[in-house]
Amino acid sequence: MIEQKHTIIEIEVADLLKKTEEYHKAGHRLVQIGTTPLGDRYEINYTFTTAWDFESLRITVHDGDEIPSISGIYWGAFIYENEIHDLFGITVNGMSIDFQGHLIETRIPTPFKNPPKITKVPKGGDA
Amino acid sequence: MSNRIVVPFGPQHPVLPEPIHLDLVLEDERVVEAIPTIGYVHRGLEKLVEKRDFKNYVLIAERICGICSFTHSVTYCNAIEHIMDIEVPPRAQFIRTIWMEYSRMHSHLLWLGLAADAMGFENLFMNAWRLREEILDDMEATTGGRVIQGTCKVGGIRRDIGDDKLGEMVDHLKKIRPLLEESNRIFTHDQTVRHRMRGLSVLSEKDAWDLGAVGPTARGSGCDMDVRSSGYSAYGELGFKPVTFSHGDCLDRCLVRSEEVLASVDLVGRAVAKMPDGPIEEKVTGNPEGEYFAFSEQPRGECLHYVRANGKKNIVRHRVRTPTFTNVPPLVKLLEGIELADVPVVVLTIDPCIGCCDR
Repeated sequence: MIEQKHTIIEIEVADLLKKTEEYHKAGHRLVQIGTTPLGDRYEINYTFTTAWDFESLRITVHDGDEIPSISGIYWGAFIYENEIHDLFGITVNGMSIDFQGHLIETRIPTPFKNPPKITKVPKGGDA
Repeated sequence: MSNRIVVPFGPQHPVLPEPIHLDLVLEDERVVEAIPTIGYVHRGLEKLVEKRDFKNYVLIAERICGICSFTHSVTYCNAIEHIMDIEVPPRAQFIRTIWMEYSRMHSHLLWLGLAADAMGFENLFMNAWRLREEILDDMEATTGGRVIQGTCKVGGIRRDIGDDKLGEMVDHLKKIRPLLEESNRIFTHDQTVRHRMRGLSVLSEKDAWDLGAVGPTARGSGCDMDVRSSGYSAYGELGFKPVTFSHGDCLDRCLVRSEEVLASVDLVGRAVAKMPDGPIEEKVTGNPEGEYFAFSEQPRGECLHYVRANGKKNIVRHRVRTPTFTNVPPLVKLLEGIELADVPVVVLTIDPCIGCCDR
């Protein structure tokens, strides 16, 4: 079985731009940005490579958090960042092209967003 | 001073097989900006993974695209197999590789036909699609399906190909190879094709790398970037070498595909020659727990399937980054500065698959 080597590095949101700049200076290309909803939080992976050894920067965010755009460093990142905004409802600040929620047109807004926590209405209580 | 106007292009357009919309900002006849919109066929397939058994989901992963369908199912299975530490039998890996190369051949021939059609070269269009039918015949004979195969499963494959049939397939490919070479010669030498595509929408090697281009779009600009070089499935044993061209224009993106059809014929021949005996599947027990990023080289370029599982039969997250999705930023750059009449040809040269892109 061939292993495609992949290293995941967890970082703080505040370090994202600095770390991304380091990858850019080292000649890495941006492979993808992908989001994983995990109930109460989202993990966002920024994957880079020079050949077939992949590295992913992983940040963790919550509903209502805002993240900086890396499209000032990797111009093509706008496509992933608009996707994150349109499907997960996460605000990305400073995108090189901002589609204002219209890159991916879906019938339900932000369909991949974590579902809201359901709180029970007490019986007999005033709604 | 020129007036700027916005011309909507797509999502329904005679040259577009699938729906993408572009707002083209024009100064006279020249494009100064292109703004894409996708999502017209967004099906939320990635979300469906939360409600399907991970083994059954292979059939849904395959339906992400109607052209590179088999490669999607293999890539998804690769991710699950790595998480569950399943060793797929060598024969299954070789047969998977053969079917992936057949997918590449029929996808590229489909595209070459569409490109010829976009240029108004109807005879070449019909010739490319006639050759594609020959490839599809073998796909149908061995899997039962022309474009959706349903033969890949977690742990291996559902159907074996007998040695006699493998020999017939190689003989068939040998028979049509001269026809494929003849078709390629038209793309290489025909005055009309060269006049229409040479020097049009040049993407430099640096821009292709920086903008995240993949597949023939990147290789046409000289980027030696092909996931098959990493040796996944049986590619490591077949002496694979990527096809690259260096001009970065529409013609070179076209030539990468036409040469790759011949390279696929050779790869199938080598795979059949080295075909190991043995079982075609490994028994799968339990549920996956962990995460894996699986990469593959689809006809349109590098594809990623990310799978995250928590030990239950339903997967937590299945993320697919398709080649067309990452080729949209390069497309936006390619369209800047060209004439409006060239837009259909240039859009086609990234071989956009919007079904894949939208998922």
